[in-house]
Amino acid sequence: MSTAIAEHPTSHASVTEDAGPLPQVAAVMAEFENVDDVMHAARTVRDAGFTRWDVHSPFPIHGIDGAMGIKMTVLPWLVLCGGLTGLLGGLALTWWTNASKIPTPFMANLQGYQFLISGKPVWSLAANIPVMFETTVLLSALTAVFGMLILNRLPMHYNPLFKSERFHRVTDDRFFVVIDSRDPKFNESEVTSMLQKLNPLSLEKVED
Amino acid sequence: MATITTIPHMPVRNGDDIDNTFDDARIRAPLIVGGKGFADVTRVVTRIALEEPPGWWYLAFAGALGLLSLMGITIGYLMLAGVGVWGNNQPVAWAFDIVNFVFWVGIGHAGTLISAILFLFRQNWRTSINRFAEAMTIFAVICAATFPGIHVGRPWLAYWLFPIPNQMAMWPQFRSPLLWDVFAVGTYFTVSLLFWYVGMIPDLATLRDKSKNRIQQILYGIFSLGWTGSCRAWHRYERAYLLLAALSTPLVLSVHSVVSFDFATSQLPGWHTTIFPPYFVAGAVFGGFAMVLTLAIPCRALFGLKDIITLRHIDNMNKVMLATGLIVAYAYSVEFFTAWYSQHYYEQFAFQNRVFGAAPWAFWCMFICNVFAPQILWFKWARNSLVITFIVANFVNAGMWFERYVIIVTSLQRDFLSSSWGMFKPSWVDLALLAGSFGLFFTLFLLFIKFLPIIAMAEVKSIMPQAHAHGHGDPDLDRTDYRPDETAHDHPGGKAHPAV
Repeated sequence: MSTAIAEHPTSHASVTEDAGPLPQVAAVMAEFENVDDVMHAARTVRDAGFTRWDVHSPFPIHGIDGAMGIKMTVLPWLVLCGGLTGLLGGLALTWWTNASKIPTPFMANLQGYQFLISGKPVWSLAANIPVMFETTVLLSALTAVFGMLILNRLPMHYNPLFKSERFHRVTDDRFFVVIDSRDPKFNESEVTSMLQKLNPLSLEKVED
Repeated sequence: MATITTIPHMPVRNGDDIDNTFDDARIRAPLIVGGKGFADVTRVVTRIALEEPPGWWYLAFAGALGLLSLMGITIGYLMLAGVGVWGNNQPVAWAFDIVNFVFWVGIGHAGTLISAILFLFRQNWRTSINRFAEAMTIFAVICAATFPGIHVGRPWLAYWLFPIPNQMAMWPQFRSPLLWDVFAVGTYFTVSLLFWYVGMIPDLATLRDKSKNRIQQILYGIFSLGWTGSCRAWHRYERAYLLLAALSTPLVLSVHSVVSFDFATSQLPGWHTTIFPPYFVAGAVFGGFAMVLTLAIPCRALFGLKDIITLRHIDNMNKVMLATGLIVAYAYSVEFFTAWYSQHYYEQFAFQNRVFGAAPWAFWCMFICNVFAPQILWFKWARNSLVITFIVANFVNAGMWFERYVIIVTSLQRDFLSSSWGMFKPSWVDLALLAGSFGLFFTLFLLFIKFLPIIAMAEVKSIMPQAHAHGHGDPDLDRTDYRPDETAHDHPGGKAHPAV
């Protein structure tokens, strides 16, 4: 959808009675052919001080985090919390169900049962470690996956980028630099000319 | 850039296989051959999922579905008639059902080993085989989980295995290894499924973008979750993947260890052994790689993936199989040594009984398949021969089944008192369920190769030489110490080195 629409107001007030809302420029997108070019472009955009922009690529590019100035994600800390919850949950589960007789406060008939197995103590940590290990791994893994999806705002099935025919090659062999129109420094003509200087294969306005 | 030797000449073998198995320490062998670029990888892999399947697929699917129906009918009969229709008896209360369980769980180990442990060790060759090895893991664990489920006698009460609050205030007994198994296998299945699915999200997005069919676009679109290849998303994605690999590594080692506790914590001679956890894990990896090879060799030929799953991949898998096979052979020997050295009468008898006693054929099947057959893999010509590899892999598949039969059934047949000895003979239901489990496995596997990306495209692309920026005077990138997959000169424009 590489339309050459002239400037139109980028506010929601620009609604005409007949045609409904005018398409808004959601982003400007530059297409690159190889990793070297897109790395160079990423550093240029980073140094120009943009904040709401992204590089899209078919695979994770080694070194792009530095070139884009991406900070380390908080995900490992979330996973640590998940893992500790799993560990304590496993401990609580095995202890409460097998070694205690404490009833649950608000539910009837729900309490642990002290199994007597070959005269062994009802509570021994060693025998419960396998289960605690498994719950630790399980909750850590669930946190890693769902934490990653939530931080990445996925699933998100609507994205203006999908309207672009060219963008379909982002999962194949092409690389894109996309500058969002909501970036505080966004100015359509300046962004276009900056990206133009990076010698992209194509330059396209993405409309919402 | 430091001096980089050009790739040596790679001869063509077996018709059209390019031999990239050379060992030149100065240079990394290319893992993707045939002059492929990014778009070629996409085209070769997406074609399999998006186009009509070939004729053989329908034939194989019909066969697998036939065996699966056999399994369904047999389980139905088992539920109506009870576990008496099996050959199980006293003293052999655990027989084919548990043998099959351990066999299938073992096969499930190679997938996570390839995706997690080889990932942590930066073994880039894993990328070509990890996707379908992971799929194999999940399907094998499904097959495995079926057997304890129907072995409990009243499968409609199998939910008692889980700590579900109930009006009887009845809880599982957490000090039992059988219950550890429920948690170990359940966690393993869940984590493997997550690992598999997370790895597949970018590739499902590729299928979404390459598909011309509306239904395919919608379905692949839903399951790819709106993935756009954003590098901010890739950053978190790679971190999540690394964490999953780090979590799966102790997990994969724990699963078969816990399975081995089912036996090792009992008093029965032949089961009561401290070597069991490492021995079971090595055996699981051994059997798992054999199954990966059994599936990979036909798949690469039938789907034209010879440039992605190359002879080097086959060679590496053969080496893993040989190494783990040697660990297994060592474990077998140590068991005999321990029995002799312990001077324990019943332990010594149990091992004599294995070799010369009630069912020596099972022992010798196991020994020939698992110890003798893989020794041919010491020779490079054997590792490079697809026919020999396929035959050895199938010897190992059979041998690993017999190993579990030997451990479980022959140990139970003759324990302490000769008055309580008994023989085991499988019934037709036992044999039908074993065959049926292969039906379940291959039905799922054939559906997978038809509908899902069988090669991890994004990961394969990321290890190709042209995936790495070259710097050209940029301080961020001009590093001379780390050049992961450099094989030749610059490859601008997504073009690989010329065809060899």
